[in-house]
Amino acid sequence: MESHALDTSLRWIVLVPLLGAALNGLLLRRMPRRAAGLLACAAVGASFLLSVAAVVRLAGLEPHHRLLADSLGTWLDVAGVRIELGFAMDQLSAVMALVVTGVGFLIHVYSLGYMAHDPGFNRFFTYLNLFIFAMMMLVLGENLVMLFVGWEGVGLCSYLLISFWFNEEANAAAGKKAFIVNRIGDFGFLLGMFVLGAALLPHLAGGEGLFSFRTIAAHTHHLAPWATAIALLLFLGATGKSAQIPLYVWLPDAMAGPTPVSALIHAATMVTAGVYMIARMNMVYVLSPAAMTVVAVTGAVTALFAATIALTQNDIKKVLAYSTVSQLGYMMLACGVGAFAAGIFHVMTHAFFKALLFLGAGSVIHAMSGQQDMRLMGGLRRKLPVTWPTFLIGTVALAGVFPFAGFFSKDEILWKAFSDGNPGLWLVGFLGAGLTAFYMMRLVVLTFFGDSRASEEVRHHVHESPATMTVPLAVLAVLSVAGGWLGWPHFLGGANRFEQWLAPVFARARTPPARSRPQARSTAPRRPTAPPRTPPPPPSGSWPRPRCRWPCSASTRATAPTPGGRRWPRSCTPSPAASPTGCC
Amino acid sequence: MAFITDHILTWTAFAPALGAVLVLAAGRTPGAARRIALGAALADFVLSLHLLRHFEAANGADQFVEHAPWLAGGKIAYSLGLDGVSLWLVLLTTFLGPLVILSAWRAIAERVREAMAFLLLLQTAMIGTFLARDMLLFYVFWEAMLIPMYFLIGIWGGERRVYAAVKFFLFTMVGSVFMLVAILWCYQQAGSMALADFLQLELSRGQQSWLFAAFALAFAIKVPLFPFHTWLPDAHVEAPTAGSVILAGILLKMGTYGLLRFAIPLFPEAALALGPWLAWLAVIGIIYGALVAMVQQDVKKLVAYSSVSHLGFVVLGLFSLTTTGAAGGVVQMLAHGLSTGALFLLVGVIYERRHTRQIAEFGGLAHAMPAYAAVFLFVTLASIGLPGLCGFTGEFLILFGTFGSGLLPHARLLVALAATGVVLGAIYMLWMYQRVFLGKLGERNRGLPDLSVREWAVLLPILVMIVALGVHPAPLLERLEPSLERILAPVAAIRQTESSYGLALGVSAAQPAAATAALKGDR
Repeated sequence: MESHALDTSLRWIVLVPLLGAALNGLLLRRMPRRAAGLLACAAVGASFLLSVAAVVRLAGLEPHHRLLADSLGTWLDVAGVRIELGFAMDQLSAVMALVVTGVGFLIHVYSLGYMAHDPGFNRFFTYLNLFIFAMMMLVLGENLVMLFVGWEGVGLCSYLLISFWFNEEANAAAGKKAFIVNRIGDFGFLLGMFVLGAALLPHLAGGEGLFSFRTIAAHTHHLAPWATAIALLLFLGATGKSAQIPLYVWLPDAMAGPTPVSALIHAATMVTAGVYMIARMNMVYVLSPAAMTVVAVTGAVTALFAATIALTQNDIKKVLAYSTVSQLGYMMLACGVGAFAAGIFHVMTHAFFKALLFLGAGSVIHAMSGQQDMRLMGGLRRKLPVTWPTFLIGTVALAGVFPFAGFFSKDEILWKAFSDGNPGLWLVGFLGAGLTAFYMMRLVVLTFFGDSRASEEVRHHVHESPATMTVPLAVLAVLSVAGGWLGWPHFLGGANRFEQWLAPVFARARTPPARSRPQARSTAPRRPTAPPRTPPPPPSGSWPRPRCRWPCSASTRATAPTPGGRRWPRSCTPSPAASPTGCC
Repeated sequence: MAFITDHILTWTAFAPALGAVLVLAAGRTPGAARRIALGAALADFVLSLHLLRHFEAANGADQFVEHAPWLAGGKIAYSLGLDGVSLWLVLLTTFLGPLVILSAWRAIAERVREAMAFLLLLQTAMIGTFLARDMLLFYVFWEAMLIPMYFLIGIWGGERRVYAAVKFFLFTMVGSVFMLVAILWCYQQAGSMALADFLQLELSRGQQSWLFAAFALAFAIKVPLFPFHTWLPDAHVEAPTAGSVILAGILLKMGTYGLLRFAIPLFPEAALALGPWLAWLAVIGIIYGALVAMVQQDVKKLVAYSSVSHLGFVVLGLFSLTTTGAAGGVVQMLAHGLSTGALFLLVGVIYERRHTRQIAEFGGLAHAMPAYAAVFLFVTLASIGLPGLCGFTGEFLILFGTFGSGLLPHARLLVALAATGVVLGAIYMLWMYQRVFLGKLGERNRGLPDLSVREWAVLLPILVMIVALGVHPAPLLERLEPSLERILAPVAAIRQTESSYGLALGVSAAQPAAATAALKGDR
């Protein structure tokens, strides 16, 4: 049995931010502001560097054995219910870990400037570090319970940070609302977990951790009868965390928090947790076409619906908030049509440009002495020489203009929706994309063009932000341009390396190529028309397990590079490079 | 030392009583009384640590057993024993003991000597109840708990203390009388008061039902299970902080402990037949308690109703009749003891400063008392079951253990209903937190002093245990599981042909091959 690589650095990726939070939290008053801020940044920076190192090691492994694992022992073990305190990093976790710690680090640095004059400076950084800890727990957790621990942890940090300025009753109420709405989702998440666990428990072999993703992947055939229930209940959790209809209501209110929080938690990372969870549980979702349809339709409708709301908002942060809801809808749509890689791709590019936009909006608000109403802005183009161009880059990236990041991910999603045989979903997404361009241009024009509509006093104070704020903007702007190139599609002569990287994780989502496959984009995966009934016995090895189920068509074989190795039974080469459609 | 270790259970049980005698004899000044009481409680904690250290984890039977003939030619005996369930509940008692005395340091200023003596006597009675393995001895300890508690509420309580004390006494007494009758009837059959002999009784289903009902009534009142909960809010609101902490922290667990220790294994057929009724009452209690907590004006009353909700979870877990669910029930007993105990202590802190507990009187307290606000939030989160803290471990095991229980009809529906408690809990706790701690600071609350060193000393150990139980419950469960399996063995024996856990698709989950075959054919 090829065992996964043990890697004790994973625990430190998770725990270093916790140490930062603990130090800052315990020494709250006694800590000088400068030291507190630097400590928090250093903790996330260290976590980022450790993540990079781990990902490099991960990339050094063979594609279908890419898994690093670490365990801190057993959380509990009673009557066959064994749950590990374990961490694991596969390709999917790697992407999320880099995005969370990388964007997280930039936003920490930005906050040094943005929160410089706030009396709650140290408390702010304590919460921010705590958030990174919880988020890393979520993406590196080895089993569903660990994921849930992180899931609730980020919810708590969201609560704390939304009501950060708790002197205002409205902010406190917004935080509470976010927590409670998320709890409604968690109700579903818990029940989904119970159905899954109860279905698995009688079939576990000794030593298998219940709820471990590896166990779930190995026992999908036992889950088949319950897949729809599990998938839908977990999806209720995802609608809460990822602000989908009907539980999206908390996210616009969450803008009550400081702007870096909106960027980090309510745009780039936490709200994508639902998408991550569905992608992580893809082996269960693909068993249930009904659940997949619900996910896709909810996503598409949310994408369009939230975009229409964004059209009419006057608060610069509210526009971005509804835009986030809308973009999360696209990610859900991608998952729903089985294009998990495209969904995660959009998670990544969205993290870059939406963080950029929020931080840019923060810079604008900073310049406007706290004003958030776009009707009282205007003409900021000349006054904010760094914020303006970076904001523009973020806008065109979000609008999906070639060759900015958003183009690649959104195009991929819309294409996958179309090629999956859902022109209706495609149309809804397409309309939403048009609205995206509209409301973002409206925002840019109202804010940066024309004459200033601000009061004399505010106009007098307009200034560009300090370097701690503008440098993160510049870095994110670069990522918003180049981040999408990782997924340069085939029809433009690329190889969609991003999808290839993730392919082993989503091997199950792949299906036999249809006879009339579109030739232009030969890698379009399709959702199964019916769930696989009894998948072949699971080979030992890493999770999730790539698997081949059908013979390759001649064309696929022709384009396939030389297979990397022959570790798989029945001369099967599951290397994603070799068989992007998962064939043999 | 052998003098102590040979009779370690007796020492653990009676050390506080010894302390009470010392307090009455030597505690001439309030200060001396407090110090002696604290010393006795700490000594008792050390004794209980000895139990933890020498407890054999894999052994589900009673350990450190002591047995001496007492009455009726040995048919009634002084018999003590300690298994995994008793171990943790005794530890909870001895852990909270010194903290309770420390919390009453300033709050109880009159008749200090008597108060300290009552607190210590109460501790002896509670530990004795957890250790007794003779039914009459158990009943004696059980009733003995009432007296100190009655006086603690009645003398050191609030305005309506006499009403609350009498109500508390009457409710508990009524239930106990039925239990006494049941015990005596069983004694006639078994010819001895030993729990082991009671377990050997061959009873018809009808007999079991009546006996189970008598026991369950006594325990249900103590828990308190809906609709027998009405004494609890009164008792809590009127009791002094120390009384409330003991009441919520330990006394309520007597009810759930009794259900687990006696009602279920003594009358397994009745537990299977009537247990579902109690499970439904528990779920009603979870939701009802949460809804009523939501509309309370008084923080202490809110916490009291939250207890009804939390204890509902425990009863549900016990009547899942699965090891997982019962383990969750025991963990939740401990978790509730810690988190609700801490909440009552925290309410006491603010009551000492403002002499009111009305939510409307507060607002923005986090400005004036940031450390207090932080601790309160921490405990609130533990109470609403945030993963990583104690509440989640218990709730998770209870709900998961119940969900797949093959012994409880409609288990999944019950869990779905109970899980709404997770949402409701967040609503009432966070709403209260918002109104008390967030927003603008009112004039009346300006300049309130933050937590003192003594208050930190009381709270910190609880906070540590809240985290420990959430992050690393494995050592606890390891010592619990063999005992629970032993306790639930009579139930399992009846239903041994059926699987006790799993999701069945019309076929028993015990036959995975058949199930899989059926599935294949089905689809």
